Amino acid sequence: MSVTGSDLLGILAVGIVSVTALIAMLAGVFLKNSARLVMWLGLAGMAGAFAAAWGTYPSAGTAFGGMILAGGYASFFGMLILCAGILTFLLASDYLRKEGVEYPEFYVMVLFAVSGMMLMSAAADLIIVFLGLEIMSVSLYVLAGFMRRREKSIEASLKYFLLGAFATGFLLYGIALIYGTMGTTDLAGIALRFASAPPPSLFWVGAGLLLGGFAFKVGAVPFHMWVPDVYEGSPTPVSGIMSTGGKAAAFAAFLLVFVKSLGGGGAKVQTLLAIFAALSMVTGAVIAIAQKNLKRMLAYSSIAHAGYMLTGLAAANQLGESGVLYYLVAYTFMNIGTFGVISLIEQAEEKRLEFSDYAGLGLRQPFLGIVMSIFLFSLAGIPPLAGFFGKYYVFAAAVDAHMTWLAIVGVLASVVSVYYYLRVVVFMYFHEGPEGAEVISVPLLGSVALLLSAAGVVGIGVFPSSILSLTGWFF
Amino acid sequence: MIPLDYYLILSALLFTFGVIGVVIRRNVIIVFMSIELMLNSVNLTLVGYSAYLGDPTGQMLVFFVIAVAAAEAAVGLGIVIALFRLRRTVNVDEINILKW
Repeated sequence: MSVTGSDLLGILAVGIVSVTALIAMLAGVFLKNSARLVMWLGLAGMAGAFAAAWGTYPSAGTAFGGMILAGGYASFFGMLILCAGILTFLLASDYLRKEGVEYPEFYVMVLFAVSGMMLMSAAADLIIVFLGLEIMSVSLYVLAGFMRRREKSIEASLKYFLLGAFATGFLLYGIALIYGTMGTTDLAGIALRFASAPPPSLFWVGAGLLLGGFAFKVGAVPFHMWVPDVYEGSPTPVSGIMSTGGKAAAFAAFLLVFVKSLGGGGAKVQTLLAIFAALSMVTGAVIAIAQKNLKRMLAYSSIAHAGYMLTGLAAANQLGESGVLYYLVAYTFMNIGTFGVISLIEQAEEKRLEFSDYAGLGLRQPFLGIVMSIFLFSLAGIPPLAGFFGKYYVFAAAVDAHMTWLAIVGVLASVVSVYYYLRVVVFMYFHEGPEGAEVISVPLLGSVALLLSAAGVVGIGVFPSSILSLTGWFF
Repeated sequence: MIPLDYYLILSALLFTFGVIGVVIRRNVIIVFMSIELMLNSVNLTLVGYSAYLGDPTGQMLVFFVIAVAAAEAAVGLGIVIALFRLRRTVNVDEINILKW
């Protein structure tokens, strides 16, 4: 079996990102003060990869002997993850300079993480799921501890690393048991055998371990312990891409394995997913209320959002699946935007991250106030913004799948969540700021990223069919 | 030929020892060694199945796992060194600035 041109065309987008990452790494080693250069190189590479993903979108198929998906689903997730990567680059450059750690390695590791995420979301084989997951995770362990002289950052990195590697062990054991009982790691082959005969009980042990590994990566209760610590301690743009691109990739693989290959896995798996979803929504929403640190609040909110997305997965119907994909797009724009605003307002040494630091901000800095309000209203699920339709689709799917109780839990949890999102808005507009508070100058690249995210949140909120028509034929 | 069950039972035992080690040991390096034990017990499962099924996919996956474990070890030990330089400790119980 030899590599053909159509194989290479199938992985063109991932290939461009990986090659750019390698070139960027060499540039970082051999050129002095190359951080800016590497950033622009990476942006150009990701823009090229975006074009490649867009171009290959209509020709869905597989490449490399059915190991990897090309076009269609893979292109959709590729474009989503590349958006997250590009926005992270734009937001990171000024943040890194402010923190005094503007080194080219940062951009290189983000590029590697992006390539891992794209690979994972294009998996047609459990080996690719594992490889993509590890390329993404190992890069993210490094990025979490990027500010290695700051105790919080290193602590976040260590916790993420130990728990992540522990979860990888379970996920891999799950893959091994599925391979042993089904005789193949190919997802299409597993789907065939699963449909033809009831699998042995050891297969279900493997599927359970795999489910646990995925639940860990998306940050769902009861595998969420790492999320608050890691998001709070990591550099803010890293928390942004971890919570959006990382989650999108994990959900993409989750959908490929449990929905496309195992057809929802049957009533037992769906009930288990529904329980995870309900627990995540409630735990995330309730604990977020008590937070004072904005990054930690967003970490708990991200657990709740993982719960909303799992609701769509638990429903295991067509509406639920496109709902999850729509939700991931919406969540990527609104969450990267929120982390972006936080990274602009934050000051060196973890200062200005509390709610009270946002007092009077809306009047002092109209631009930041408006975009932050858009992101927070969207996260809270207020129409006509993207977050509302995401929640609407997954809850409607749950009702269709006769899981009305889950939809009710979800609606209640999102009512609770309005409190802590709008609390920031209240601080921004209805609290007096301190006398003579300094006005933060908003850097150009950062404001471009915020404008793009805000346009995304409003755009796909007003025209939800633009995303649904892209994803409608995947399942 | 040794029956498949022996491989599976041995690797399940090793995996369990790894999990117990991660849960009860407090030294980061030992915890990390336990995680490596988990990964290697999975490798044993994979080669066991691979030989039993007469299918090379499992052995191929083992090579990927070994490579990934090496990359993880490099990054993990780097993180531990950075931590030790800051805090002069490798005890996980003392690494607790981030909570609630």
